[in-house]
Formats: sequence, C-alpha cells, structure tokens
Amino acid sequence: MDFLRPASWEEALAAKAEHPTAVPIAGGTDVMVEINFDHRRPEYLLDLTRIGDLYEWETGEDTVRLGASVPYTRIMEHLRAELPGLALASHTVASPQIRNRGGVGGNLGTASPAGDAHPALLAAGAEVEAESAARGTRLIPIDAFYTGVKRNALQPDELIRAVHIEKADGPQQYSKVGTRNAMVIAVCAFGLALHPATRTVRTGIGSAAPTPVRARAAEEFLNAALEEGGFWDNRKIITPSVAKRFAELCSGACNPIDDVRGTASYRRHAVGVMARRTLTWTWESYRGARRATEGAA
Amino acid sequence: MRVNFTVNGRPQEADDVWEGESLLYVLRERLGLPGSKNACEQGECGSCTVRLDGVPVCSCLVAAGQAEGREVVTVEGLADHARQRSRGGSRGVPLDEAKAWQAGGPGSRTGEEAELSTVQQAFIDAGAVQCGFCTPGLLVAADEMLEHNPDPSDADIREALSGNLCRCTGYEKIMDAVRLAAARQSGEV
Ligand SMILES: Cc1cc2nc3c(=O)[nH]c(=O)nc-3n(C[C@H](O)[C@H](O)[C@H](O)COP(=O)(O)OP(=O)(O)OC[C@H]3O[C@@H](n4cnc5c(N)ncnc54)[C@H](O)[C@@H]3O)c2cc1C
Ligand code: FES
Ligand code: FES
Repeated sequence: MDFLRPASWEEALAAKAEHPTAVPIAGGTDVMVEINFDHRRPEYLLDLTRIGDLYEWETGEDTVRLGASVPYTRIMEHLRAELPGLALASHTVASPQIRNRGGVGGNLGTASPAGDAHPALLAAGAEVEAESAARGTRLIPIDAFYTGVKRNALQPDELIRAVHIEKADGPQQYSKVGTRNAMVIAVCAFGLALHPATRTVRTGIGSAAPTPVRARAAEEFLNAALEEGGFWDNRKIITPSVAKRFAELCSGACNPIDDVRGTASYRRHAVGVMARRTLTWTWESYRGARRATEGAA
Repeated sequence: MRVNFTVNGRPQEADDVWEGESLLYVLRERLGLPGSKNACEQGECGSCTVRLDGVPVCSCLVAAGQAEGREVVTVEGLADHARQRSRGGSRGVPLDEAKAWQAGGPGSRTGEEAELSTVQQAFIDAGAVQCGFCTPGLLVAADEMLEHNPDPSDADIREALSGNLCRCTGYEKIMDAVRLAAARQSGEV
C-alpha cells in the first residue's frame, strides 16, 4: 500500500488521475473501518486532510459552497441558519468524535442509502462539484448523483471538491428512526424543505430504497394541493386529508428491504409517519413566521 | 513509512509504520503507549479517544499518515495538558515517563507521584471507574468538554460523552464524576 499525501487540490487531482484506483481518505470514518476489518486493501490511500480548501465554505447569494471535508461539527455550529436541514441531519450522525472528522464529501463518496446527509441535500436542492485533472469541473445535480447501492456518479479520476447547497428560503426538518439517539445508523430517515420562494415542497428519504430518493409523486400532489387551496398565501392549517395523502405517497416512494435494523413494512410505515410530522412542523413554523412578522409590525 | 508527530507535547517518530495502520495502533504498538484502548476498531466505543490538533477523535479511525506533523494528546498526557491549560507552561511528557505512567495522588498505592488532572481525580473520587477499559477515552472526552464548557448541564455532559460506551458503571457515577470535576474546576468545591 502507498500513502499519497498531496499538499494541494491540484496535486490531489493529479494523483487521482495517475492512480484511478486510489481510495481518497478524508475523515476516515468509513474508510478506516473497512481497512481495520480487512474488507478493503487499497493499493493507494489518497489523504485529503492536508488540503485546506476542502475544509472551508463560502456563503453566496443563493447557495452555500460547502467544502467536501467540512466536518459535521462545523456545519452544526456555523451553518444552522443557511442549511437548517443539513445541520439537523449532521447532529444525528454517530457521536462527537465521528462528527469532528466525518463530513458530507465522505458521505457522498460512500453513498450509503443510510447516509444522513442525503435526505437533507435532496430536500434542500444541491449540486455536487466534481473535478478531474483531464476534464475540469462539472456540477452533478444531487438527483443524478446516487446511481445504486453505495454507487455514485463519480468517474474514477474525479474527486469531490464541494457541494453547492441552496440556502434555505423556508423551514426545513430532518427526522430519523433509530434505537437510540447517539451512534445509530438510520432504520429510515426523512428530510423535508419548504421553498416558499418557488412555492414548492421537496423531500428526501433515507434507508428505504437502494439509494436515497425523493418522494416525487408526493411532492407533486402536495404542491398542487397547496396551490389550489391558496395555502402559501392564506397560511391555513394543512387539511388533515392532504397531510394523510402526502404521507401515503411518501410511503409509496419507498422500496425498502427487510434487514436487521427493521422490516420493509415498518420502514414504509415509519416514513409515512415522519412525512406527516415533518410537514406539520415545517408548516407550523411557516405559519408562525408570518404571525411573528405581523406581531412585530 | 515513518511518521513524525507530536505526542503529549514532545516530538516523536514512529518507524516501519504500515500505510493502512491506525493512529491507535501506532500509539499502542509502535510508541508503547497503551493508555488509549482498543475495543472495537470501528468508532463505536470511544475507548481510543485522543485529541488530534485539539479535537477529540477516535484514533482507531485516523490513518497513521494523517497524523504526520500533527499534535496528539493521549490520556497519558492529560494531566500535563490540564496543567498547561490552568497554569501555562507545559513541559510535555517524555515517552519513557508516559509509558511508566501510574496514577498517583491520594489513596494511590504506587510510589510515583504523578499528578492527576481535575477530571482524573474526580473519576476516582466519584467511583466512576470499574474495569477501567472505557476510562481513558471518557477522560479525554470529558476534559475536552470542560475546557470549552466549564458549566455543563446534564444534557451537555450526556451529549459530549455520547460517543463513549461503558459496560460496567451504568454511567451514573460517570455523570457524578464530570459534575464534580466541573464544580472543582470552577472553585465551587
Ligand atoms: C461508529 C460510526 C457511526 C456512524 N454513524 C453514521 C450515521 O449515523 N450517519 C451517517 O450518515 N454516517 C455514519 N457513519 C459513516 C460515516 O461517518 C459517514 O459516512 C461520514 O460522512 C464519512 O465521512 P469521512 O470524511 O469520514 O469519509 P471517509 O471515510 O474519509 O471516506 C468515505 C468515502 O468517500 C470517499 N471520499 C471522501 N472524500 C472524498 C472526496 N473529496 N472526493 C471523492 N471521494 C471522497 C472515500 O474514498 C470513501 O470511499 C458512521 C461511521 C462510524 C464509524
Ligand atoms: S476502538 Fe476506536 S472507537 Fe472503539
Ligand atoms: S468501567 Fe468497565 S467499561 Fe466502563
């Protein structure tokens, strides 16, 4: 095994081009488990921890460009206002020690259906900035990034430089089912974001299909129902029948398996419950936001 | 490969390190510092917790090469680290001293008088140590929390220690110990 230690992003891209089988290692919280248990013996480890750029983020007009290696801890501490869904999801990852090392780039690299960043990214709207020495930079829409169980759209010579995530324009929530609060891989998870600017709702489901997915039919139904009832303007309580139908359609978007963490039917059920709850929470805070503004005026 | 890094305030060099080796393995097997424990090697238990450039991490999940040029504090250097924080002026802990580290202070049966940090003493006084396997990781994690949160709520303590498993104590005495350390640190007791 060789340990490659690029000091800059350009060197890292050059090393990945020269050794496409090299396994990048950032926080190591996925890679090292595999090596410790002999599940993986890469020829080259490509250490990304010396590349300062990957640990920084820039807040632009509409998006946050989040460096691939920014640890979850920093997202929770510094990006709660801009990326509330991802900050909530980050807080559910493992433990402080893991959150101090692991980040979204590694979560995307592993592309586990149970990764907690994915539902939040799907709901918020995001693009993955991938780069190679040969072809430069491309932006991969998050919906096209997950291609199969633990598979993603990266080419062998590409690395993730950053993720461009839409700044929240409304309330966002993240909900996760597990046996305890800390150190738990999701049985299933659900992210929801209200986008009042475009009058849309977006979702993300984790651990309930071969890849993280959006519940598109549920989103379309809800968007139409909210529009039709004038809800974005009158900010009424969402009709229980609408919330119920939305939850059913979210359950229907799942294609889960039975495994040690839960059965398929439990997962479908739990996703429906989380869909209804997160919709209620976010909608209440959307309604409350207006009341607060009115109160202040 | 060779890894040069700072351990407990002193420069160290580890030789013949395999490229896929963990920092935990280097500390225990190459440098002879067995304070950091190896219980799961998959980030689940926290018994291998060390500070890497000040940040608590599972050393079993840090590749040895990633520690190159960085600063590591292990439980063997915790008392010195705490002393440096409160009084300034660390002298660092040489390897032979760290290897021979024994708890000293009141009630200790060892002749060596190694001074304990506030957190270490509180763990002894509160009876938070049974088999002791989880203790080094808990000490490092608890000490780090008290460094930036001197007056933690119970929820803060639980959160900060949520990555450390203990199979003996049931955690209540550990909670007592951290509360005691916080009170002593702020001069209340
Ligand atoms: C005890 C424990 C509990 C966990 N709990 C959770 C949990 O609750 N939720 C959760 O989502 N995850 C969990 N994980 C998994 C892991 O912590 C996350 O997936 C984390 O986001 C990985 O980030 P990392 O930087 O440590 O990745 P690494 O281990 O460094 O890398 C992971 C993968 O991504 C690739 N990679 C890393 N950076 C890049 C890049 N810039 N470009 C291209 N490829 C890259 C690597 O080659 C590798 O394939 C847990 C892990 C452990 C050990
Ligand atoms: S040995 Fe590292 S977390 Fe258990
Ligand atoms: S004292 Fe035995 S594991 Fe904690």
